Amino acid sequence: MRYAETGFNLEIDLSRGSIERVATDPRDTALHLGGQGTAAKILWERVGPEVDPFSPDNLLIFSTGLLHGTPVPGANRTSVDTFSPQTDRYSHSLFGGFFGPELKHAGYDKIIIRGKSPDFVYLWIHNGKVELRDATHLQGKGALDTASTIKAELKQPEAQVAAIGLAGENRVFMATIEHANSSASRGVGVIMGDKRLKAIAVRGTNDINVARPAELFGISSPMYAAIYDNPDCGDLLAHEDDEEFHVNNFAWGNARERQKGYWNEEREEKWTAVTESVRLRWTGCYNCPKDCHMAVSYPGRPPYFQKCYSKLTYAMAAYEEIEFNYDILGVTQEHGLDGFSTPQVLAFAVELYDAGILTDEDLPDFPPDGAGRFFYLVEKIVRREGIGDILANGVYHAARAIGKGAEEYDHNTMKKFEQVPLKLSMINYPYFLMYATGEKMNITQIEGSYPQVPIADPEERKAFTERWEAAPERFKEYFMEWEPRAHPTVEASINIADWNETMHYVDDAIGTCAFLSSFTGQWAGQPPYHIHNLPAFISHATGLDLDSDGLWEIARRNRNLIRAINVRRGLRRSDEKPPADHWKKRDPEMEQKLLDAYYEFKGWTNDGIPTKQTLDDLSLGYVSDDLVERGILSGDEQSGSEATVGASAE
Amino acid sequence: MTDAKGTAARMEMAKKKVLKHIKVDLDKCIGCRACEMACSAFHARPRFSSTNPARSRIRVVIDEKNDMYVPIRAGDYTPAECTGRHKYTINGKEYNECSFCGVSCPSRDYFLEPDSGLPLKCDMCEEDPTLEEPWCVQVCRCDCLTFAEEEDDREDQPEKRDEMEIGLESLILKHGLDKVLDMVARMSSKG
Ligand code: SF4
Ligand code: SF4
Ligand code: SF4
Ligand code: SF4
Repeated sequence: MRYAETGFNLEIDLSRGSIERVATDPRDTALHLGGQGTAAKILWERVGPEVDPFSPDNLLIFSTGLLHGTPVPGANRTSVDTFSPQTDRYSHSLFGGFFGPELKHAGYDKIIIRGKSPDFVYLWIHNGKVELRDATHLQGKGALDTASTIKAELKQPEAQVAAIGLAGENRVFMATIEHANSSASRGVGVIMGDKRLKAIAVRGTNDINVARPAELFGISSPMYAAIYDNPDCGDLLAHEDDEEFHVNNFAWGNARERQKGYWNEEREEKWTAVTESVRLRWTGCYNCPKDCHMAVSYPGRPPYFQKCYSKLTYAMAAYEEIEFNYDILGVTQEHGLDGFSTPQVLAFAVELYDAGILTDEDLPDFPPDGAGRFFYLVEKIVRREGIGDILANGVYHAARAIGKGAEEYDHNTMKKFEQVPLKLSMINYPYFLMYATGEKMNITQIEGSYPQVPIADPEERKAFTERWEAAPERFKEYFMEWEPRAHPTVEASINIADWNETMHYVDDAIGTCAFLSSFTGQWAGQPPYHIHNLPAFISHATGLDLDSDGLWEIARRNRNLIRAINVRRGLRRSDEKPPADHWKKRDPEMEQKLLDAYYEFKGWTNDGIPTKQTLDDLSLGYVSDDLVERGILSGDEQSGSEATVGASAE
Repeated sequence: MTDAKGTAARMEMAKKKVLKHIKVDLDKCIGCRACEMACSAFHARPRFSSTNPARSRIRVVIDEKNDMYVPIRAGDYTPAECTGRHKYTINGKEYNECSFCGVSCPSRDYFLEPDSGLPLKCDMCEEDPTLEEPWCVQVCRCDCLTFAEEEDDREDQPEKRDEMEIGLESLILKHGLDKVLDMVARMSSKG
């Protein structure tokens, strides 16, 4: 019997309309766990570098995490993996809610979608019964509206639905996949739309078995209280009414200007009152005691759920107040638009208009106010009408298509993708490395275990490290040595960047929420899940015998496999730089030194390619063979020095 | 989950007859369905060996669009749909589903074993040794579900119905008493 996982994937070919249930190899679970890890292996094997993201040969994979559906609280993040037309690289997103556990109860670990349907369809999975159904009547419908329509027509109120809105249908690059109170951002909805798949509905009523039930329950039950009572986990921003940090430090408009002193008591009172008036309730995700998602009802808009990152992004991009943010979310959530990148695209267009690069000819009847302009642009973009057709490809591509100096206004993309609108003064070493080398495309998916700021008082610092169960020993030393306003050493910086991303690779394979784990140690050093306690959860659930070093090694394997996927599509050192004006004070010499050291530490060549030895040591010989065969590696490249490769959990 | 004082108080109450309640505060439900998962695992055989919310004796009726989050527990089995569907208004919202009716009723799939179709019934997690709190309550940290024990001042104590009795009753309802008795006689004669 397979434990924690079902041992079966669903293979859907939309071109032929075929559906297959395929048994998986348990050795892949041992090597990659599940979620993003096993999805990466499938993408490596089946989608070559020559495949255009819009080709029917591109795959769209929905993966449950290995711990979904087990008693482990907070394991509900579904991973979506494909190739992005915006970056032409590997694209990865996550969404919470209930979809992954439901899919596993239906009897599947993954849905692997290939081909393209001639007309819009939706996929209906009800345990062993799986069918493709006509969705032409759902075309143009909002994502949440689609979900409730499907549940009603199937008479399955308990089905879980993931759907795209108009943005996905029209292949807008910022399109999301929306599900219940969560959404998959970072550009995966565009591929679902390209495949003409409007939605997936799933209902599962099968048992999920675990290997060591009493032990797993024994360590899982106390986690409800541990998570609920821990003030430093969950989405802290969601419950925060004091927005001072964000409105004063994040950039407004086209990710450009900071408005210091914007926040005051009067504004806080006003904003809090608005938020309270539109809130229906707080909701959580499957089997998690936190309640990070706010159910919102804004007058004149359909109800929706607000997620942390979209709380202020539209208001700040449009120089508007919070009412506007709630108002426009009522539109953009139904369209299925990413709340991170979309506001930047809209603000970019407004800035081009103000600069005379876009004119009244491009934007006929363009309203005079920020709010009006944003509503106007959203409708153009989701329909790909006029200038909307160009803007729908994101800032990087739009800037180049518009020309006339528009490229100058694209200052916040990295690897062609919109980044968090932060504009800071002094370069930060570990952050430089995470931005430059990360492949999850958003810093929030890379940072999070090591604190962002040092503690000035040596006694407090000591107390912090003594409680710091989540940290491997070396980080306690780095932290003890870290004085305010000082850079961590190069050695500390590369280790910090590596640990931070490693924990995300762990979460994204097992499906635990980053707010309980990889994103969450940075505040107080007390994430409920960490490298030292997770192996027991995984071992008891699956019967695999994992320790912290073993888990770390799997995360490295998954990380190197994803790097190899992108390397095969052309990723090199020259691409690895943060947005141009992310930091005002840069240090080009130091930056190159950091990259040299980090690549060596990772066991990569000086060009950022995992060496043959690194890959072979991680049982990725088939990957190194392919890279050698393609001439990307010679096979004799120097690996990093023995002392650093294979950083561990201890 | 409770301190020594609480345990002592419960032992005191255990000597008297106690009524156990699970109170529900609808406005606190976050829709996490931890209660469903926990109930299903607790009643799995062997205990905790599997999870399956579809087997849970508590279900959370969720309608996101109408902001409806209603945990209901499985009460007795009823052979037929009743005619008295009620409308409820809570916080100005109207609910016209049967959500508040806690019976295992053929009008819905809740509270039927997904495989056998036999009715499920909440047993308050009663067993030996007595749990401090039923599982669904233990995992509901936001206090939507709370457990209360009260001294019972009623004259007669209703007999506790066990799973076999509930199962048998449904078989009788389905096949008739004679048929079931017949089958039992035949099976016991085979020894
Ligand atoms: S911590 Fe928040 S976002 Fe994460 S699973 Fe729990 S409720 Fe969902
Ligand atoms: S555990 Fe509590 S909050 Fe969560 S769904 Fe059940 S009743 Fe609601
Ligand atoms: S669920 Fe209850 S109220 Fe609804 S039809 Fe059945 S018995 Fe009647
Ligand atoms: S009291 Fe026990 S049996 Fe009843 S619903 Fe709760 S967990 Fe299930």
